[in-house]
Amino acid sequence: MLAVTTSRFAVAGLAVLTTVSLAACGSDGADTAASGGPVTVFAAASLTESFTTLGEQFEAAHPGTTVTFNFGGSSGLATQINEGAPADVFASASPKNMQAVTDAGTPTTFVRNQLVIAVGKGNPKRVAGLADLTAPGLKVALCAEAVPCGAAAKTAVDAAGVTITPVTLEQDVKAALSKVKLGEVDAALVYRTDARTSAADVDAIEFPESAKAVNDYPIAVLGNAKNPAGGQAFVDYVLSADGTKVLTAAGFQAP
Amino acid sequence: MRTRVPLPLLIPAGIGLVFLVLPLAGLLARTPWSSLLTRLAEPEVTTALRLSLVTASVATLVCLLLGVPLAWLLARVEFPGRRIVRALITVPLVLPPVVGGIALLLALGRRGLVGSWLDETFGITLPFTTAGVVIAEAFVALPFLVIAVEGALRGADTRYEEAAATLGATRWTSFTHVTLPLVAPGIAAGAVLCWARALGEFGATITFAGNYPGITQTMPLAVYQTMESGDLEGAVVLSLILLTVSVTILAALRDKWLTAP
Repeated sequence: MLAVTTSRFAVAGLAVLTTVSLAACGSDGADTAASGGPVTVFAAASLTESFTTLGEQFEAAHPGTTVTFNFGGSSGLATQINEGAPADVFASASPKNMQAVTDAGTPTTFVRNQLVIAVGKGNPKRVAGLADLTAPGLKVALCAEAVPCGAAAKTAVDAAGVTITPVTLEQDVKAALSKVKLGEVDAALVYRTDARTSAADVDAIEFPESAKAVNDYPIAVLGNAKNPAGGQAFVDYVLSADGTKVLTAAGFQAP
Repeated sequence: MRTRVPLPLLIPAGIGLVFLVLPLAGLLARTPWSSLLTRLAEPEVTTALRLSLVTASVATLVCLLLGVPLAWLLARVEFPGRRIVRALITVPLVLPPVVGGIALLLALGRRGLVGSWLDETFGITLPFTTAGVVIAEAFVALPFLVIAVEGALRGADTRYEEAAATLGATRWTSFTHVTLPLVAPGIAAGAVLCWARALGEFGATITFAGNYPGITQTMPLAVYQTMESGDLEGAVVLSLILLTVSVTILAALRDKWLTAP
């Protein structure tokens, strides 16, 4: 019965491992400080494309500097930062998640963003507004309320006076968008910028209530940054004319 | 039997043990004990816990129904491509669960290989349903059961089955009356392993089945969402509840079934 004995050990070990091991939210960037000065930026998922572009431009403008990004839901990033994740800069999709970071310096609002309804290409379900999302049989993905896109969605839905029952609450806006791209849901409330980056796969339906749920995006150099100078340089670049150009091209609004 | 344990074995063994236990100590150190019971009474927590226990148990049942015959086939029948089949079965083991979830979407999702047919023919869609959670859990946990049971079958003495055959038993009778009782402890061990893996399943579930309280939000998803929302204390409490429940159930099962001589 050797097999039983060994698997009994395995059972004990696995039970512990599988139940406790949660998603390891990958944030293994941030090498030790080198001469060039690596800058680690934690940024909202909705900034993925524009900040990646900005990072490349920043590196080109500051030779020897490398920028490492950790993109994710703003609330999760805030938790990671509070638990000691090594970040120099935090760019959040809402002031609430910035405030949750205890050692954020003085945040500056750098862009604003608002929601659209992302639907499959050609809008097969003929969605025209929030009220259409209440139709039975129509599958809707929303962000969880803790993440900014979910909070904004709740504000917009409340403003419209409708009740939407989503099939899933996603942990960041990209996850909600991908469910539309995969065709698993018929619609999702995502940022205008996200819908624009996926214009090949989804159509964006503008709706009036989104004006009541505009998100301010704050950015700040963190108090315990390993590379505060590099962090400040990156923030300055985001706020510069070059930075604004990239962000507005992606569909963000100036603050 | 009192021999000195060689240090080159003792030291890494000790470090290994500390490595496994330390994170648990960290969890316990941060546990707000006073709010543990009040949290346990919260409807969100009981809903997620019940969903976790039900889906993991159903997934284990599915794995038993499919996995034991599969293990028997691998252990007892020579057929071409057996090695390839065995390798394929271990794929979900090495696959990151999130990748498994994406694969499930592409196979069983609304536009998936089989899923689109299910949707068009029967109007069945699996993502975002409790059945989807069971499927994700079973997909990830099945290899554990198959490997455990196949090992038990290979270790079992085939002379009993041969004796049954000489006495006129069909292969089916021999399987139900000789083989199954013989490897029952192995099946039980595999089922427990499978259940534990299903209970802790996260990546494939959130990717394939989504996250909605009461329908697809199992305890690991609830823990993740609680932590993502900035409530680290709540996440620690939920983790501890899941840990306590699973360890208690496993310990109880072990005493009952796995104390084979």
